[in-house]
Amino acid sequence: MRIALFVTCLGDVLFPDVARATVAVLERLGHDVVFPEAQTCCGQMHTNTGYQHDAVGLVRHHVDVFEQAMARGCEAVVAPSGSCVGSVRHQHAAVARRSGDEALAVRAEAVAARTFELSELLVDVLGVTDVGAAYPHRVTYHPTCHSLRLLGVGDRPLQLLRAVRGIDLVELPAADSCCGFGGTFSVKNADTSTAMLADKMSAVLATDAEVVTAGDASCLMHIGGGLSRLRTGVRPVHLAEILASTA
Amino acid sequence: MSTFLGMPQGRVPGPAADTAVGQLTGDRPFPAAARDALGNTQLRRNLAHATSTIRAKRAAVVGEVPDWEALREAGSAIKADTMARLPELLEQLEANVTARGGTVHWARDAAEANRIVLDLVRATGENEVVKVKSMATQEIGLNEALEGAGITAHETDLAELIVQLGHDKPSHILVPAIHRGRSEIREIFAREMPGVDPGLTDEPAVLAAAARTHLREVFLRAKVAVSGANFGVAETGTLTVVESEGNGRMCLTLPETLITVMGIEKVVPTWRDLEVFLQLLPRSSTGERMNPYTSSWAGVTPGDGPQEFHLVLLDNGRTRALADDLGRTALHCIRCSACLNVCPVYERTGGHAYGSVYPGPIGAVLTPFLTGITGGSDPNDSLPYASSLCGACYDVCPVKINIPDLLVELRAEHTEAHAARHRLPTSEAAAMKAAAWVMADPKRFARVGRAATRGRHGIRQGKPVLPLPPPLSGWTASRDVPSPPAETFRDWWARTRGDRP
Repeated sequence: MRIALFVTCLGDVLFPDVARATVAVLERLGHDVVFPEAQTCCGQMHTNTGYQHDAVGLVRHHVDVFEQAMARGCEAVVAPSGSCVGSVRHQHAAVARRSGDEALAVRAEAVAARTFELSELLVDVLGVTDVGAAYPHRVTYHPTCHSLRLLGVGDRPLQLLRAVRGIDLVELPAADSCCGFGGTFSVKNADTSTAMLADKMSAVLATDAEVVTAGDASCLMHIGGGLSRLRTGVRPVHLAEILASTA
Repeated sequence: MSTFLGMPQGRVPGPAADTAVGQLTGDRPFPAAARDALGNTQLRRNLAHATSTIRAKRAAVVGEVPDWEALREAGSAIKADTMARLPELLEQLEANVTARGGTVHWARDAAEANRIVLDLVRATGENEVVKVKSMATQEIGLNEALEGAGITAHETDLAELIVQLGHDKPSHILVPAIHRGRSEIREIFAREMPGVDPGLTDEPAVLAAAARTHLREVFLRAKVAVSGANFGVAETGTLTVVESEGNGRMCLTLPETLITVMGIEKVVPTWRDLEVFLQLLPRSSTGERMNPYTSSWAGVTPGDGPQEFHLVLLDNGRTRALADDLGRTALHCIRCSACLNVCPVYERTGGHAYGSVYPGPIGAVLTPFLTGITGGSDPNDSLPYASSLCGACYDVCPVKINIPDLLVELRAEHTEAHAARHRLPTSEAAAMKAAAWVMADPKRFARVGRAATRGRHGIRQGKPVLPLPPPLSGWTASRDVPSPPAETFRDWWARTRGDRP
């Protein structure tokens, strides 16, 4: 299948390893990955902080770019981020409608219908749970809020992780509690965000895992930023990186 | 009818709620108020224990209802229908209450509602009233208004009594004293409750018995009661109060005069609609299959119960919310507080940080819809930002209010109201505009991304060499920053795959 990679702005600039791993997994499974180079950002930060007027242009740009990719034969769009896919699927049309652009809303809905978070694409669209990965480490999985509640990915990431050779997968206590990131919430309400992070870190440490994984680089940046500040020795690794690993 | 109740035309808002009277706003924005609460270790412990207990109870009793999702759909649909024809239903309710011997009063705002109740109590010649726990009367600050006129209001719900005796404010819709542990309650009772046994222990049963003894005397003496209402049935003129302790039943049946203050959004079209809500409400709120006491009455019945009944219908910003397509859905709330109990923000800050009597996720949307978003530094403008948008509230809402979407809408209303009233943008608005400008063009975005990779030299062991300014310093205060990579993804792609067809 020809698949367009929606790398996300964070994945492009701060976490290219996550994006490269996404490409590696899909190519290993025999798929053709395309990177539409005109893509920039889905505008989630603008939308969620109250700047929908500024987000409209980004929504339009995103729709233009991935409409073209689909016109060139891409059957699906994939992002290694539940949150950015959530924005595409649940916010783009609404942002367009709020600005009075119904035509854009309809186009956004069409792009959204073909856009998938990585675990959704693998399990639902491509029908694989064993991607041939090996990862001999003790790992705990944090289901990020937008993957869990906005997209409803359920246990798809866990199905993928359970099939990884050598992995020691341990359950995270109170897994469905938010880590406290929430985009600009983490700086606008830094104290509350930190209190939430503290509890998430306690849960991670209680598992005695060496790696905490998730389907969102942003939440991992938050959890990892806390774990690193406290020098816990636990490292954040994106789901895509584990699935790409063969060593 | 003396209040604005025409159906909204387009997006023309009704009058905003009165914030000078009552308790719909705090004195500080949420982040500052939250900071104090977060540092209170006793509060944190009390809240974590109480919310996790109720959460588990709710999950268990909701899980055993096979048609729970269908019930939520029904609840949502009934509320949507109600809001679409609110004036008609309220006039029907008024006609039926009046026909059955009650008197209906219309209150535009908190001050008007307080004045109506005060005049009614004065007309009885009494100087005290008993109260059933009621959010509407907390919202309008009725107790304070009565007190100012020399009338004592006795709260009879156990948790409200704890709050009242402690000269405190409620911090939860259902469990207003959730922030108090039992040793604190013992201390409040020992200090404030008239005639209490000084040897009181902090055993829950002992504390409840002390409250019971204290309240029994008040119930037997009181001639006037003030209540709220969970539902008002338009079809029959029936009012309903749902409660757990029996104090409500005492207040609703023993006194000679009953005054009920009800928000106009509490009307339901038909008696049969209660079938849906009386299943949704107890399971969502107390985590019980059925609440112990459900009291319903219509008008007055000669020789049985209060012989004088007044219903005060309260607007106080509700028609303003009704005029907004999204704000209208916030009026669907049945005050179960399930969203508070699952909210990771509420669990850590408690209710006082929200300033309003309506805390937690629903409060963060309902309050600003009632009082209006100003676009300025009004504390209520900070409420829509008091959420990580994790979505747990939406999952549990028995009437499916999409609280995350409402929060996002109110955030937009805040920034747009600010932009409309100020010539200069905030630094945040300017930064967002700049980011949108960069992101609107892939070449600009690629250049900025490349520049960011060079920023990795400015980070040592997770900390920027040059301290970041606020609000970004909020991140670095407790979290390391990731070191940017040597190469962006798009540059890597162009370098390794760029020539591919």
